[in-house]
Amino acid sequence: MGRTLAEKVWDDHVVRRAEGEPDLLFIDLHLLHEVTSPQAFDGLRLAGRKVRRTDLTIATEDHNTPTLDIDKPIADPVSRVQLETLRANCAEFGVRLHSLGDVEQGVVHVVGPQLGLTQPGTTVVCGDSHTSTHGAFGALAFGIGTSQVEHVLATQTLPMDRPKTMAITVEGDLPEGVTAKDLILAVIAKIGTGGGQGYVLEYRGSAIRALSMEARMTVCNMSIEAGARAGMIAPDETTFAYLQGRDHAPTGEDWDAAVAYWKTLATDEDAVFDAEVFIDAASLSPFVTWGTNPGQGAPLGANVPDPASFEDPQERIAAENALTYMGLTAGTPLREVKVDAVFVGSCTNGRIEDLRAAAAIVEGRRIADGVRMLVVPGSVRVALQAIEEGLDKVFTAAGAEWRHAGCSMCLGMNPDQLAPGERCASTSNRNFEGRQGKGGRTHLVSPQVAAATAVLGHLASPADLSDVQQLVEA
Amino acid sequence: MEKFTSHTGRAVPLRRSNVDTDQIIPAHWLKKVTRNGFEDGLFEAWRRDDAFVLNRPERQGATVLIAGPEFGTGSSREHAVWALQNYGFKAVISSRFADIFRGNSLKNGLLTVILPQETVERLWELVEADPQAEVTVDLEAREVRAEGVTASFALDENVRWRLLNGLDDISITLQQEADIASYEAARPSFKPTTTPVG
Repeated sequence: MGRTLAEKVWDDHVVRRAEGEPDLLFIDLHLLHEVTSPQAFDGLRLAGRKVRRTDLTIATEDHNTPTLDIDKPIADPVSRVQLETLRANCAEFGVRLHSLGDVEQGVVHVVGPQLGLTQPGTTVVCGDSHTSTHGAFGALAFGIGTSQVEHVLATQTLPMDRPKTMAITVEGDLPEGVTAKDLILAVIAKIGTGGGQGYVLEYRGSAIRALSMEARMTVCNMSIEAGARAGMIAPDETTFAYLQGRDHAPTGEDWDAAVAYWKTLATDEDAVFDAEVFIDAASLSPFVTWGTNPGQGAPLGANVPDPASFEDPQERIAAENALTYMGLTAGTPLREVKVDAVFVGSCTNGRIEDLRAAAAIVEGRRIADGVRMLVVPGSVRVALQAIEEGLDKVFTAAGAEWRHAGCSMCLGMNPDQLAPGERCASTSNRNFEGRQGKGGRTHLVSPQVAAATAVLGHLASPADLSDVQQLVEA
Repeated sequence: MEKFTSHTGRAVPLRRSNVDTDQIIPAHWLKKVTRNGFEDGLFEAWRRDDAFVLNRPERQGATVLIAGPEFGTGSSREHAVWALQNYGFKAVISSRFADIFRGNSLKNGLLTVILPQETVERLWELVEADPQAEVTVDLEAREVRAEGVTASFALDENVRWRLLNGLDDISITLQQEADIASYEAARPSFKPTTTPVG
């Protein structure tokens, strides 16, 4: 019987297999950041251990980093200590680090791919649940806890139970204005926040093959929001074209050997998935969340749902709690929900394509009075590219704030936070209570919806802008 | 890791589904660089409400958390496990746990027990009616016991063996050095390294 993409990558990384034990998997790439690594390095020190493969390990600063005044000392002393701890640990153990101010600094899941380190058929781990992003390249990539970070640092392996496989097949063409973000939000709403538990998801079908690498990363990024540790897409010409010429992509004969191997990875025709989900691309539309978990989403054209409409009692209670927290009334059209803030950025939607898409919508317009729009590039490289294209000027001319790279308001570990009760349309990945700041209310959206929402002041899609005349005076 | 064999204690009924790790320990607590001192951050936002179950006087000193489905969704932060342990919890019972949280809990000796939702409901009713009711989580017998409830649970045998003996994963893996070295020697040359280029 044939094998799936996930099974092939898994099998190629088994260091040891024994009856009654988890497989011991080799890890090709270990990404580190300041938040989930300090206790792991402490563990190494206590046991007198080294980092086994510094040449397969790389660190960046992202979660805590300020997006303003980055040339000044970090104001929050606790954040500063955490970043200084990462710097000291990387120096002591010999790990390559891209610190604040470095041209390769940025959100860990933006940095790996843009350096060409994330490659098809590799295993990638990081102490961050959005490591699933790297699956866009056909890598088996998953988030791990700090104990596992320490384990990988010490051994370059992880004992893991073989996951089940689920195919998410999306056939057809996405309608105009419908993006990868809308697609993944619809997938999560369909299978639920626990639907992918125990599975590796493989996104396939013509709608997935038509996506750019950046859009594929958006899709795989949010696999964890459906409960799956990893999501993957088979590598193809789009993948190879993205990688060729990047700093760490293979060259010469190695490139040819790599591509030959990568072409063998796609799921065999006779392979069997443990579960399958089908989605008709043509049925999708711009999607937004109304609740406090990413599965609580609906098409933008829908109304805030009535909790009584949920059959499952747990879901009904969850919907009631969510509407209370979100300050929403059942039956309100989602398009009438007014926002105070808009956040464009994060490992989900902080890449150059995302910034281009948002800029194209705000260009020549003004963001609505009373709305604060933050644009935070996913990495310094993304920021430099955007500046070269003049996107920073487009955003600032429209009244948005152009910031430095980092995780920023996705989780508000730095000063970029919502005030209690503030409502935000956010291109990030989690709408949990308090995620973007204590008492803050988050609606997850695509960059296009975020930009249109900023202009109109309420949840909106670019199509709603057609009759708006808010042109900036020359 | 401390050994886990069996634990008996009073319980906290948490009637919520999708309790995400941002609720268990909010992000601003993640700036700490230690594994301890997270107890005050546990469910920080909800604890501002005096009526929240953890604030009730009769729940003080409880050591078993009984939660709704999809407990521990979201971020991979192991701080969520440390916060529960720092506060005093020894075991969490739910019908479904998020994968990463579950893995983290079992690596730290916080026993996460999966029981059917009907059993969770019965335990909720029992401990809500009688806050002094004790719940036993017995790893040796793979059983949860409380007044009128005896429920067996499944757990991977290898995980159970490590918990019962308090074994450290890294030292077990380091015994496989020969296998790791031979795998490394056979890796293709096109695989990437992080060694700076140029």
